[in-house]
Amino acid sequence: MTDQPFSIDRGTLLDAYRTMKTIREFEERLHVDVARGDIPGFVHLYAGEEAAATAIMLHLGDNDRIASTHRGHGHCIAKGVDVKEMMGEIRGKASGACKGKGGSMHIADLSKGMMGANGILGAGAPLACGAGLAAKRRGDGGVAISFVGDGASNQGMFLESLNLAAVWNLPVVFVVENNGYAESTSVEWAVACDSYVDRASGFGMPGVTVDGTDFFAVHEAAGEVIARAREGGGPSLLECKMYRFYGHFEGDAQTYRAQGEVENLRENHDCIKIFRAAVTGAGVISAAELDTIDAQALALVNEAVEHATAAPMPGPEDLETDVYISYA
Amino acid sequence: MGELTYAQAAREAIAEEMRRDPDVWALGEDLGRGGVFGQYAGLADEFGPERICDTPISEASIMGASVGAAMVGTRPIVEMRFSDFALCAVDELVNQAAKARYMFGGQARVPMVIREPIGIWRSSAAQHSQSLEAWYTHIPGLVVVTPATPADNKGLLKSAIRSDDPVVYMEHKNLWSLAGEVPGDEDRTIPLGAARLARAGEDVTVVSWSRMVHVCAGAAAALEGEGISAEVIDLRTLWPWDRERVLGSVARTGRLLVVHEAVSVGGFGAEVAATVAEELGAPVRRLGAPRIPIPYAPPLEDRARVTEDMIAAAVREMA
Repeated sequence: MTDQPFSIDRGTLLDAYRTMKTIREFEERLHVDVARGDIPGFVHLYAGEEAAATAIMLHLGDNDRIASTHRGHGHCIAKGVDVKEMMGEIRGKASGACKGKGGSMHIADLSKGMMGANGILGAGAPLACGAGLAAKRRGDGGVAISFVGDGASNQGMFLESLNLAAVWNLPVVFVVENNGYAESTSVEWAVACDSYVDRASGFGMPGVTVDGTDFFAVHEAAGEVIARAREGGGPSLLECKMYRFYGHFEGDAQTYRAQGEVENLRENHDCIKIFRAAVTGAGVISAAELDTIDAQALALVNEAVEHATAAPMPGPEDLETDVYISYA
Repeated sequence: MGELTYAQAAREAIAEEMRRDPDVWALGEDLGRGGVFGQYAGLADEFGPERICDTPISEASIMGASVGAAMVGTRPIVEMRFSDFALCAVDELVNQAAKARYMFGGQARVPMVIREPIGIWRSSAAQHSQSLEAWYTHIPGLVVVTPATPADNKGLLKSAIRSDDPVVYMEHKNLWSLAGEVPGDEDRTIPLGAARLARAGEDVTVVSWSRMVHVCAGAAAALEGEGISAEVIDLRTLWPWDRERVLGSVARTGRLLVVHEAVSVGGFGAEVAATVAEELGAPVRRLGAPRIPIPYAPPLEDRARVTEDMIAAAVREMA
């Protein structure tokens, strides 16, 4: 495959496709299950945005940390969190990644460097700074990624974190996932500057904007800023322009959307379709191979649902554990 | 044994713990210059700027970065300078540090000490004088410590640094220069959750913490001349708090007075009083500040303080 047009090897492309499809199937299944009343809490779906998490995470290992958002399922799967444990968690089961105590907005797997989805918008940014500082002090070459939405990018704690990361020259990358809406409020209205690149330069760091539906563009841009952070070059801001296929949360009536908006997004701006067209068009991967992965991803999600459905709920004996380590 | 001030005792605790454990470090505004109250004096010389870490004025990111650094295995000491300033970082403390372990199903450890000096400090007014310890006792996941003496400030701070849970460590600004004997033994720690008997007595139990312990002791000394024997218990830590010590004392004396500098309404005194009433049915009283922001003018500020006379009068009424 030396003559293929991509800078990423075929095996990695297959893995990336599998990750994206797993996220998509996971979210599509949740969309159905929430409507059916199978999920006790809120979920915020990542469908439509899969290319960004997948492309960025390809540059990371378990030693690298991410601080995620309320819309964290894609980040979790791309970072290697077990899909069964995630589905169990979202259903509030004892088999969940957090023993059913956190739910969708608090899925974490510290052993995988996943420092948690977060129910507080913008709160992951300073956590990533701390993880970056620890990595820098230990000299272990680790980096930390802070994910934030366009809406939360207006939070003081996010803007303070940009400054702190620059002042301390931390190995941190701030990824703004700009899907155009802060809950229901347009980014055009809520973000005062025209470009996130300008915001980055205001804090003395490089800023890059990429088409977040283009896996290859995100992969290349993320590779540069992550390598820069890893080599001691300091923090950067990476804006991924993307689209979400569902509402802010499941149940959102989405009255702020234009007529036909979602249909157009699914038809013309689906990052998975775009990826599929690119790799099959270049003759690097066949449609049949991708179809096989499609079936496997669906089967994995179905298996995760079955596993979660069969798992017990946590019991009263779990209620007051894990509050403190040393006290009561 | 040697005599140290309350501030020097804390500094000694940090120096000893930083020598003992390379994962311990401190961050905050002006730490490299020794801290605004001198409570980090000389530490940057010994440990360098990587471990005595200066920050921008940016409480939310200081607190949040500390939570992140604690979650990945280091042990930060976070200097907030005034508990009032820490309000800029309450999300990071309450929504992140306090909850990470529970909401992640026991995966996370957040071993951090948040130093938040409290208390009235002459004419510092409404935004530099508050005693907000009760807020943090209300948050599951946080430990709350309020030392009253130099010896306790060393022993409790060492325990706080060694704790694997997040500890809100509230020193009183008016005590920085208080001198007292402090054991030099580097292994001496004071367990979190163990009260101190500040003064033994028979007729009434007076529970307090932080600077107000000294005021209570003064009142108890005055009452002794009147034939009233007041027992003064310094809680030292508000969560966990030493219920057994307090209940045991009130079981003997039959009455409880709780005294704190914080606003009386919704103060931690209410928790202590309620517990004693529920467990023993004994008569209880509380003394705290009126429900006002701390005023600037000295005669007004003085009215916000609980005094020895007020404590003595309350005890006389109960005895």
